[in-house]
Amino acid sequence: MADKEHALAADRRRKTALSILLGVVCFIWCLPVVSVVINSFKQNTFVKTETFALPTDESFAGLQNFITGMTFGNYPFYKSVLYSVLITVVSTFLILLFCSMAAWFIARVNNTVCKVIYYLCIFSMVVPFQMVMFTLSKTADTLKLNTPWTIPIVYLGFGAGLAIFMFVGFVKSIPLEIEEAAAIDGCGPIRTFFTVVLPMLRPTLISVGILEIMWVWNDYLLPYLVLDINEYRTIPIHIQYLKGSYGTVDLGATMALILLAIVPVIIFYLVCQKYIIKGVAAGAVKG
Amino acid sequence: MSASNKITAGNSRLRSLRRWGLLFVGPVVAAFIIGFVWPFIQGIYLSFCSFRLTSDATFIGIGNYLSALADESFRYSFGYTALTAIVSLILINVIAFAVAYALTQGIKGSNLYRTVFFMPNLIGGIVLGYIWSMIFDGILSAYSTSILLNTTFGFWGLIILMCWQQIGYMMIIYVAGLQSVPEDMLEAARIDGATRWQTLTKVTIPNVMPSITICMFLSLTNGFKLFDQNLALTGGLPYIIQPNGSTVNTTEMLALNIYNTFYNANTAMRGVAQAKAVIFFLLVAGLGLFQLAYTRKREVQQ
Repeated sequence: MADKEHALAADRRRKTALSILLGVVCFIWCLPVVSVVINSFKQNTFVKTETFALPTDESFAGLQNFITGMTFGNYPFYKSVLYSVLITVVSTFLILLFCSMAAWFIARVNNTVCKVIYYLCIFSMVVPFQMVMFTLSKTADTLKLNTPWTIPIVYLGFGAGLAIFMFVGFVKSIPLEIEEAAAIDGCGPIRTFFTVVLPMLRPTLISVGILEIMWVWNDYLLPYLVLDINEYRTIPIHIQYLKGSYGTVDLGATMALILLAIVPVIIFYLVCQKYIIKGVAAGAVKG
Repeated sequence: MSASNKITAGNSRLRSLRRWGLLFVGPVVAAFIIGFVWPFIQGIYLSFCSFRLTSDATFIGIGNYLSALADESFRYSFGYTALTAIVSLILINVIAFAVAYALTQGIKGSNLYRTVFFMPNLIGGIVLGYIWSMIFDGILSAYSTSILLNTTFGFWGLIILMCWQQIGYMMIIYVAGLQSVPEDMLEAARIDGATRWQTLTKVTIPNVMPSITICMFLSLTNGFKLFDQNLALTGGLPYIIQPNGSTVNTTEMLALNIYNTFYNANTAMRGVAQAKAVIFFLLVAGLGLFQLAYTRKREVQQ
């Protein structure tokens, strides 16, 4: 009996030690983000010399970095935010709508043409962007897809592979009888899809949506090559442009912009954490 | 009777659905051709051409491939990419597995820890690169150097960045794997008097082998395809000048090397860049298809 209690106590001690150890690692994990916060309130010259010190009376810059950052690089930051939001929302919407429609058709009709499209989609998932970046940006230029309003079509094309792959996988698991009942009740294919199939796809819609949002929001190279960057800069392009242009880089203001760029992402993450982790893990097949 | 009715109903439904093909599949197929199929075919063709724009291509055979393979900077970036991918693969998977194992021991705060570990995964590559370049330069400025001046620091800097970004992701996959290890197998091992270490190596690890394989492939392909982080952290610097006058960027990975060959001042190199891109594609696609085939096989077994 005493033995058992002893073992239990040892187990408790072990768990507490483990918990404290992980807590320390977690604290270290947060430090990069903390250092961004600290440095966004520091004057430029102090960012490099006192990176890990809290702002002092001497180095504290108040909100100056944020004000400078707003018009940094002769480009208003709010425009970058608007373009990023516009491109992400429209691209994700197009991908969810058209890929779920196509996936349902492909899974149900399943003739030779459908199979070819499906296998091309799987194939496109393993092609790295560098393979098509030059020709894709030229094609997009020719077809005038080089504005924030039309670039979602490029995203629909290049992102279709993963979305269709995931949707087809899910549609195949839905029993046919439900759709048949709808057809017998007089539903045409369009009504069947939007009122019967689409609601059942909800979990996959969320997973695919999360994956696409994260991809498009953080994407740098595709919009950089396709858009005219003097006029249209998404947030990653803007930040790269600031740091990449040599000369005097205001590190304080850059950190302020980086903070503004990651705060919405972190809030989004904390709010939809459950879905994000599930969605991202579901996309693990992509690699 | 009813069964044959059902089949007829199903068939007629299929036939009526088929008429709607253009509406359901048309938009995606059009965008897919613009965004993938056509650029891909054109890319393959252009790798056998000399060109500056897509419109002025002249066919020259396999010359671009020979130039690509003879390019010192490309061969260097291949070795550098392989080294980065393998070192990061080992570190990411060992740490991610350890964290996942600790998190599934029923400790306090495991949800909070999971949230924190996964968080860096959501930050984009460019932003990540600049956060870490500030941190490394903050440390290195005390020694009057910079991450842009030292190849060794550049290498380990990128490894640290990749670990910070990817450990949380792999951890999620490992946690799912660990949670699916049958409880009665662990119980049986305990009753038989196995030590914690024996249980881990003889029961737990063989049971999560599928997750381990998936994560290894994922971190390998992630390592090979890395671009944004490489560009933002060091941009390939520092460079060294070869005896023959060409330069080699010492922290440049394959994707960045291809990008720099495409978009440097010398536009005559674009054919070579496209040939490099095709070689890169064969490499990454080979890894990716192998992984997909493996994943599918596993699904069948389950």
